[in-house]
Amino acid sequence: MADKRSKHTSKYTLDRGIPGAFEGETITRRRFMTGTAHTAGGIATAAFALPALGFALGPVFKSTPHRWEVVGKVDQFPDNNYVPVVLTLTPNIGEVGKTTVYVRKFNPEIDTDPYDQGTPYIAISSRCAHVGCPVRWVDASERFICPCHGGVYDLLGRRVGGPPVRPLDRFYTRVSGENVEVGPRFSVNSQLRRFSPRLPGEAVDGIGQYLYPSTPGAKK
Amino acid sequence: MPRLPKLPAPPLPGPLQEPPPRPGEGNGKVGPLEGAAQAGITVVDWVDERTSLSGAARWMMFRKVPKGTNWFYTLGSATMFAFLSQAVTGVFLAMYYRPDAAGGAYESIRYVTNEVFLGQFVRGMHKWGSSVMVVLVFLHMGRTFFFGAYKYPRELNWVIGVVLLILTMAMSFTGYLLPFDQRAYWATQVGVAINGTGPLLGPYLSDFLYGGGEFNATTLSRFYAIHMLLLPGLIAALIGAHLYLVAKLGTTAPPWTKAKTRPELRETEV
Repeated sequence: MADKRSKHTSKYTLDRGIPGAFEGETITRRRFMTGTAHTAGGIATAAFALPALGFALGPVFKSTPHRWEVVGKVDQFPDNNYVPVVLTLTPNIGEVGKTTVYVRKFNPEIDTDPYDQGTPYIAISSRCAHVGCPVRWVDASERFICPCHGGVYDLLGRRVGGPPVRPLDRFYTRVSGENVEVGPRFSVNSQLRRFSPRLPGEAVDGIGQYLYPSTPGAKK
Repeated sequence: MPRLPKLPAPPLPGPLQEPPPRPGEGNGKVGPLEGAAQAGITVVDWVDERTSLSGAARWMMFRKVPKGTNWFYTLGSATMFAFLSQAVTGVFLAMYYRPDAAGGAYESIRYVTNEVFLGQFVRGMHKWGSSVMVVLVFLHMGRTFFFGAYKYPRELNWVIGVVLLILTMAMSFTGYLLPFDQRAYWATQVGVAINGTGPLLGPYLSDFLYGGGEFNATTLSRFYAIHMLLLPGLIAALIGAHLYLVAKLGTTAPPWTKAKTRPELRETEV
């Protein structure tokens, strides 16, 4: 059917024999009106669709400010065992905004890792690195154990068994006067090197750190 | 009383004869039932004259179905009925539910379950009905697969069905958080983490579901809005497309029925 389609030899409507064409016209009124109507419709649709989309996707690109929270006095935490404290990650939403963090004083004999030097306290998140269930510290076996799928971590939060893909997350700590303060979360790889916080299930070893980028929302 | 032979009617001139009763009428009097039926017919005719909907209804409902059509063919309708049941019970549950993460959500569900008349029953219908719907979707999908009903020209209907399956799963996932008890909370943490394990885009998908980097104040209302506004609309629209294609293309015969060739077309062996 290609031969039936007229080949436009000229850009002028007059030369193409279109009824109602006039001198110097390059676009028919019909095409002009169609294009104008489509453009107007597109602008009108975008005027409500784009803000709505941005509204829905906005939190993905929004970072939240850091919070530092006092969790106890400096002499409250031994250097060879963990003390569970409750930390508020999101204020004003009750229990769901809180999480348990295991805190211990820095011990140069255990925490020999170069990345941990200069950290006053070690604060380990109870959020399992598999899919986010709450782990608990079992003193007798010196292990963090997850009740959901059997993830097991050692004293430093490194994985020793089960499905988790990286060690337990940690929190920054600082001493302010007599108080121990816990701040933003960070993730660590199997060498305890620090990374921006990742969600559970996202590996940070090897290619994992590129496959699972840290999102702006996670940087808290 | 013995039946007597009927005598012929006396010859009366035409204009003097009573008009014969109209069909459907008794002895010329209009009873209340017939009056109501007549009114109904009038209303339907009035609408049909202006919309021609009766043609569409006939096209949709009085279709030819192949020989061998059996009970397995009702699974699609059963799934749709499960969806309608979820929609109706969901609307009524929404009259009581508060998507408040600070305790109001759990309290409102507790109130529906323990205090509202028939609340436990309606909530139970919605809760167990969701499982029924998922099971029916899979049975319907299995029927389609094993009967070969996904083949040409019905591939597009299979694709729409798969999208409906995914939307049903999304419904289940977002609805699971709404009771806001321990199970709901931790299941959602796990579910969002599983979403995050998709490479590259996974972490952003998680943030979209949470409405931020962590479970926060807007996560529950987000799930609620997706569960009761976004997904039901999409599912209803796609069910419409699914049904249109079923009516347009017709259903398939079961694979064990043999096509009968007309005798004059039968090839004779020599």
